[in-house]
Amino acid sequence: MVDATIPPFERFYGEHCNEVLGYLRRLLGARAEDAWQETFLKALRAYDRLEHGRHLRAWVFTIATRVAMDDLRSKASNTLLLGEIADGDGAELARPAYQQLEHLTGELPPTERAAVVLRYGYDLPYAEIGAALGSSEQAARAAASSGVRRLRKS
Amino acid sequence: LSVSPDLDARFRAAALREGLVDVRFDIIDSPVGDLLVASTMRGLCRISFTVEGQDEALARLFGARVLRMPLDEVRRELDEYFEGRRREFDLPLDLRVAPFHEAVLRELARVPYGQVDTYGHLAAKVGRPNAARAVGTVMNRNPIPIVLPCHRIIGANGSLTGYGGGLDAKRALLELEGATLAL
Repeated sequence: MVDATIPPFERFYGEHCNEVLGYLRRLLGARAEDAWQETFLKALRAYDRLEHGRHLRAWVFTIATRVAMDDLRSKASNTLLLGEIADGDGAELARPAYQQLEHLTGELPPTERAAVVLRYGYDLPYAEIGAALGSSEQAARAAASSGVRRLRKS
Repeated sequence: LSVSPDLDARFRAAALREGLVDVRFDIIDSPVGDLLVASTMRGLCRISFTVEGQDEALARLFGARVLRMPLDEVRRELDEYFEGRRREFDLPLDLRVAPFHEAVLRELARVPYGQVDTYGHLAAKVGRPNAARAVGTVMNRNPIPIVLPCHRIIGANGSLTGYGGGLDAKRALLELEGATLAL
């Protein structure tokens, strides 16, 4: 049986703070740090209302995705970021196909970008990506494949 | 990619400022070994000679929003105590224990620096003269040793009996305070 105890926040934070920052860097470039802090403050605000300690990784990616989507949608000009993404970020990416495409995801619409990065950068299942995007598993799958098609054309 | 110390510190400070932390802890070195110290918004709630794995116990008692953070005031008062420059602590305490434990710990707090008392005598002071053994249990579970000076409580025959931090630590604390022991 999976241990459903909610871990002390320090452990949860220690396990996820770096990968969430990496994720937000891919979505937001240089604006990632503010979004990162907002993500973990939101997590902390909700943490004492959690009912169990399962799926915390998907949960924090969901919060980060929503913070990033709000940020991306609020920016009038949605041109970004490619130059801002730091070198070396790609080291943790194992999938060759994604590695070749990753530097182009900045040109995708926000939802497709998040779906592609969560699927191919962080291995989240489509059900959890759907939850993060506030949509269904099918919609998440569609967003990721549409994103990948768009990248292949570019 | 990893979170920079600066970003990390900013997050922790913001969390504290917003009142989102149930309990924060720090690990500080001392002449009796590393100590885990923890505080809630109300005050110091824990000193432990065991530093590993305490975050889960803290989460159970005080809430899951546990964060590691410098506890400068606690560190300063303990440093002063270990340097022999402080005889009483001014730190507010957050004591969450059963009523009997609380009565005993409050009486314990009045045992002066550099003096010793016995389990039986402490039991008598809380109106339970036959409860020396129960007082021993309270000492054994003292959540804030050193500040609540259970090291000053010894057996009726003058033996040190026991201590959560080990008998060497108990002896070292009593020597630091200049207590004279029969044995």
